[in-house]
Amino acid sequence: MSTWSRNNPLTALAVLTTALLGASVVLIFFYAPVDQDGLNQKIFYFHVPIALTSYACFGWGALKAFLHLWKRLPSADLESYVAIHQGVIFGAMTLVTGSIWAKVRWNAWWVWGDEQLVLFLVLFLFYCAYFMLRFSVDPGPQRANLSAVYALFGVVLIPVSFLAIRLANSYIHPTVFTSSGPQMATSQFATFCVAWAAMLSLAYFLYRFELAGKRLDANLRELRELIT
Amino acid sequence: MRRYAADVAVLVRKDLTLELRARDTLPAMLLFVLSALVVFHFALPAHSSDLAAKGLLWVAIVFTAIVGLTRAFVAEREQRLIDGLLLAPCDRSAIWLAKSLAVLAFLGAAEVVALPAYAAFFSGIGWSTVAAVALADLGIVAVGTVLAAIAAVSRARELILPLLFLPLAIPVVVGGVGASVVVSPGRYLGFLCLYDAVFAIISWASFEYVVTE
Amino acid sequence: MTSQEKYVAAAYLVVFLFVLAYVVIMAAKLSRLGRDVAELTALARERKARTSDQAPKQVKVG
Repeated sequence: MSTWSRNNPLTALAVLTTALLGASVVLIFFYAPVDQDGLNQKIFYFHVPIALTSYACFGWGALKAFLHLWKRLPSADLESYVAIHQGVIFGAMTLVTGSIWAKVRWNAWWVWGDEQLVLFLVLFLFYCAYFMLRFSVDPGPQRANLSAVYALFGVVLIPVSFLAIRLANSYIHPTVFTSSGPQMATSQFATFCVAWAAMLSLAYFLYRFELAGKRLDANLRELRELIT
Repeated sequence: MRRYAADVAVLVRKDLTLELRARDTLPAMLLFVLSALVVFHFALPAHSSDLAAKGLLWVAIVFTAIVGLTRAFVAEREQRLIDGLLLAPCDRSAIWLAKSLAVLAFLGAAEVVALPAYAAFFSGIGWSTVAAVALADLGIVAVGTVLAAIAAVSRARELILPLLFLPLAIPVVVGGVGASVVVSPGRYLGFLCLYDAVFAIISWASFEYVVTE
Repeated sequence: MTSQEKYVAAAYLVVFLFVLAYVVIMAAKLSRLGRDVAELTALARERKARTSDQAPKQVKVG
């Protein structure tokens, strides 16, 4: 079993992700009790893990960026780029699911009082600029350096921005909304953990999948040059 | 250490001398900030509070900074001066520090005109606003110089600098506006100090990687 | 369905659609890569045929 999964990492990850996602949906709808908030609380089980996974992706991207700058590992730049790409995809999902949740709870498609959501908006803008930067510089070591530096700025921005948004709420909007409800019951917490594991697995699988695709692309290009 | 300071001083003097001769960046920044303030007068409907105007002051400052930063590395890029700078036996971060100080000088000069103009057009400004502007300037130029160097390499140049800069400018705006409008600005000024410290360190450490291959 | 149920379904559907969109894009990329491989294989075959044509003819000695 372990040899098979080592030889077919992508397939193994896909199986794991499917299993975890399936388990989490079952738990969310059949096991976790309906919260006092109502049925809409079920969105929380996907929305928060997606947000946390997005942070994890940005952090992983920054780590790879740091390794590129410090150790000059050859694959680090591509891995950093793909990790940040996953982070943006999951960030977009966070914004959409958060917006839907806001509509259910507070009857507005966007609430500036939800600090986590506003932070995601800022980060989304920041990392979209990362892609604009990457596409406007020709491939090469310099593009890798610039991307890595910007990715590190991004990860530093996360806590600073969070602090800023928190401070801003005292002169912009007096009340603060929280994304997650009050303390969770054990069964809710267990469901949340499974959902979180599922999202992390999904992100890691998509990350490895995209990396494999990009490496295949590069190999083919090299093969083409060798043949013609 | 003294060598470092001497290198920075030489580079700052170079940038200021070039600006004194060419006289293109600073007048543009001055005109931009005054025009922006006039536009904001027309952008605020009647019965808008003073607080809204204070917020717009910070918008003007951020965008004036962008105007100045866009010009920051133009000479280095167009006349390939950056190669000469890199061949010089100085620490790369000295280039960052010198450029930041030069941009700080331009931004400060623009604000010396902008703040009294704001006080005349809108409402008076207190010591907390001035302190916030001073602290915010440090963070803006620290981060902005690195981003300007990054933008100088890209094909998109002037287009990409605002995109890279604005998300990073949001905490500065929060700190600045907060300090300008609340009764006890201590928290916001403290936050601006934190922003300056954190981003100055990371900018100083990472500039080398931006300009070298 | 109550409106709450509709919104919950919408949120989960969005996640599903995002992942599905990703799969579609990867599938398109995979078919492009498949075409590239086919083209390169044809080129390699051509090249092999050309070099084996140019190989020196075996001559009997002695």
